[in-house]
Amino acid sequence: MSGRTVGQDILHVVNLRVEVRTDKGPGPVLVDNVSFDLRRGEVLGLIGESGAGKSTIGLTALGYTRGGCHISGGSLMFEGKDIRLMNAAERRALRGPGVAYIAQSAAASFNPAMTLMEQVCEIPVKHGLMSMGEARKVAVTLFRELELPNPETIGNRYPHQVSGGQLQRAMAAMAMAARPDILVFDEPTTALDVTTQVEVLASFRKLIREHGTAAIYITHDLAVVAQIADYIMVLRHGKMVEMGTSNQILQAPREEYTRRLVAERVAGHNFRADLDTGEAPLLSVRNVVASYHSLLRVIDDVSVDVRRGDTVAVVGESGSGKSTLARVIIGLLPRQSGDIKFRGESLPPALKDRNKDQLRRVQMIYQMPDVALNPNQTLFDIIGRPVQFYFGRPRAQVRARVLELLRMMDLPESFIDRRPGELSGGQKQRVGIARALAAEPDLIICDEVTSALDQLVGEEILRLLKKLQDDLGLAYLFITHDLGTVKRIANKVAVMLKGKMVAGGETAQVFAPPYHPYTELLLSSVPEMRSDWLDEVLTRRKQTMAAVQAAQIQLAG
Amino acid sequence: MRLFGYRLTITALIGLIIIVINIIAALGAPLIAPFDQADVVGDAWADPDAQHWLGLDNLGRDVFSRLMYGARMSIGLSFIITCISFTIGIITGFMAAVLRGWADTLLSRLVDLLLSMPTLIFAFIILSVLGTELPVLIGTIAILDSTKVFRLSRALAMNLAALEYVEVARVRGEGLWWVISKEILPNAMAPLIAEFGLRFSFAFLFIAALSFLGLGVQPPNADWGSMVRDYRDMINLGQPAPLYPAGAIALLTIGVNFVVDWMLAIHSRSHGDGA
Repeated sequence: MSGRTVGQDILHVVNLRVEVRTDKGPGPVLVDNVSFDLRRGEVLGLIGESGAGKSTIGLTALGYTRGGCHISGGSLMFEGKDIRLMNAAERRALRGPGVAYIAQSAAASFNPAMTLMEQVCEIPVKHGLMSMGEARKVAVTLFRELELPNPETIGNRYPHQVSGGQLQRAMAAMAMAARPDILVFDEPTTALDVTTQVEVLASFRKLIREHGTAAIYITHDLAVVAQIADYIMVLRHGKMVEMGTSNQILQAPREEYTRRLVAERVAGHNFRADLDTGEAPLLSVRNVVASYHSLLRVIDDVSVDVRRGDTVAVVGESGSGKSTLARVIIGLLPRQSGDIKFRGESLPPALKDRNKDQLRRVQMIYQMPDVALNPNQTLFDIIGRPVQFYFGRPRAQVRARVLELLRMMDLPESFIDRRPGELSGGQKQRVGIARALAAEPDLIICDEVTSALDQLVGEEILRLLKKLQDDLGLAYLFITHDLGTVKRIANKVAVMLKGKMVAGGETAQVFAPPYHPYTELLLSSVPEMRSDWLDEVLTRRKQTMAAVQAAQIQLAG
Repeated sequence: MRLFGYRLTITALIGLIIIVINIIAALGAPLIAPFDQADVVGDAWADPDAQHWLGLDNLGRDVFSRLMYGARMSIGLSFIITCISFTIGIITGFMAAVLRGWADTLLSRLVDLLLSMPTLIFAFIILSVLGTELPVLIGTIAILDSTKVFRLSRALAMNLAALEYVEVARVRGEGLWWVISKEILPNAMAPLIAEFGLRFSFAFLFIAALSFLGLGVQPPNADWGSMVRDYRDMINLGQPAPLYPAGAIALLTIGVNFVVDWMLAIHSRSHGDGA
């Protein structure tokens, strides 16, 4: 590209302010007094919890605000013109050739009825920048630069015919097709597995560097942004907490809030000691096989033991069968062979054959508190129902028990008559825990309980679970893809790959050399808080991948 | 103006006024109507005067009074029919969605069978075999209408049953009735109420059509559909008599739809981008 000098100023944002517009005048302020400069070839990372205003800022660079919001102050100077003052036609001309956007969910951003090539070529052709033939050539070049397999032909596929990581890269190609000056990445790797995330991050970084494009990279994960951004802005409640170079933010954060964010990621890699008391396991899963309507085994010969007071983590990527294992234990998906013993007796495979006591003693906490709680019930109904159902207590006692559980969750007692819609994500998850505890279980299955929550909120939930375990002697089966969590809370771990258990045992043992090659791949894919981590991991990656493939062949054989 | 915490649009307000006037007419017919629906009070096709605001009909009965009694019959019948069809449709639809397997297959195929026959012709056959008494009329239309309610409730419940809070209830060991009434129904209420309004209009038009064809409400009971039939010849003579019941049918249908549109808009908004 001609005339693109790295380091040249491209976007000046001064005192940006975004407000919600309501019927009764000004509403809440989403973004307040935020200023930054973007230069060619440089990446600005925006980091903060949900509601911090990251995405809102990213969208203003496109001259767009979500319904009901508007830019109420400041200026956004793009090549000498204020985006705020542009009319609709000018803004349309800006989007695509000027500024392009890459969203979190590529699957939702592609039209399933059109091929990738048609969608990648659409913007430059619509804007009259290229002919269809030129656009195709550019697209193939981009596919190659993004290291997509078969760059010549992959464009003929439909979105469902490529993997999640490939689709995310195809979306980057779509954004780059019109050669924009600015790219806005909005959590582009959040929905991907850790091992895929590394590859996608690497190809994004390569793309930005080679084209000298300026970029805004939005994420809640400080370790991810550390790999790609030159500057980082930390946001909270729509205000800037601090801004600096990536190294300065990571190594010498000035503000208390940033320090907490950094500390959370670096914190505690001390393994929990195993508590082998020699007693019989509470839950004993032996050689279990299960599948959905097909011959493909989703769970293949899996064995896990959970003793009282244990926290056993089941880790693996999406599709590894870890959530299916939870469904098999709980009885939602009957096992086909193998045995599950609970307190010494065999659990019937199907839910309907289990008695009330068996159902009560194993409870589950879900990933998405929003859909795990009935929006039309009050917390009294939600938490009180198991008390009433399993123990048949009179209403007054149920109410007393619900209040007690709310206190244990550090939730105010006044919440008892509220509905889930009035609660924050972390509070809803606490209600989910309270509901599980109301049944007075022996074992709680936690299915990705922190992955839908902000970092610091998730941390509080983990602490609460730990405290409850110490007080009540609960056992946890912890399903997660986050190895950082595993290292901190689990005393035992089972690593799953394509329905099989490839490694298992005490956490300290599994996570120490000599690793199983797949465990090593997983461990090495967790982003670390230093900016040279991505380069390091990419060089080591090739050897590890070869070893994993060898191991898979061994598994199949 | 607000209703249930939502701002009323101008069309919704108009619809609401139309519905309220109709309900008053239906409930208060014996008190408000100047004459009984079967009373012959003068010459056939007498012109409107101070006592008989809309004139007299083919037998010399007061058209205005008959219009009010007709509201009672048409609206009351449609309401009862829609209530019955929703009770049947919701319960079977939710059961099919929650139980799945053979229960779902059996119920769905049965509904497909009923849906595969033209509704009006099917109703004709049943009514001509079993007679045109009111209970038969109500039962026939309610069952035919419940097939459509079944389809909607099954689809709604399928989506809801896949949510984790329903799974939680099932894993807890709750019975079918609890899952349907406590976990699914409250969360399906908004679209079902909107559908109720729409189905009410259809039932209302269906009765009118049957009455017009002589298989619906029987004389001397007044009903808007049969009134249109009885008066239809007069349109050739420049008499406005058939336009009154026809207009009443059209007006109420439009009114109900205005309110339903408003409710659907609220529903889709609250399920949209989560304002």
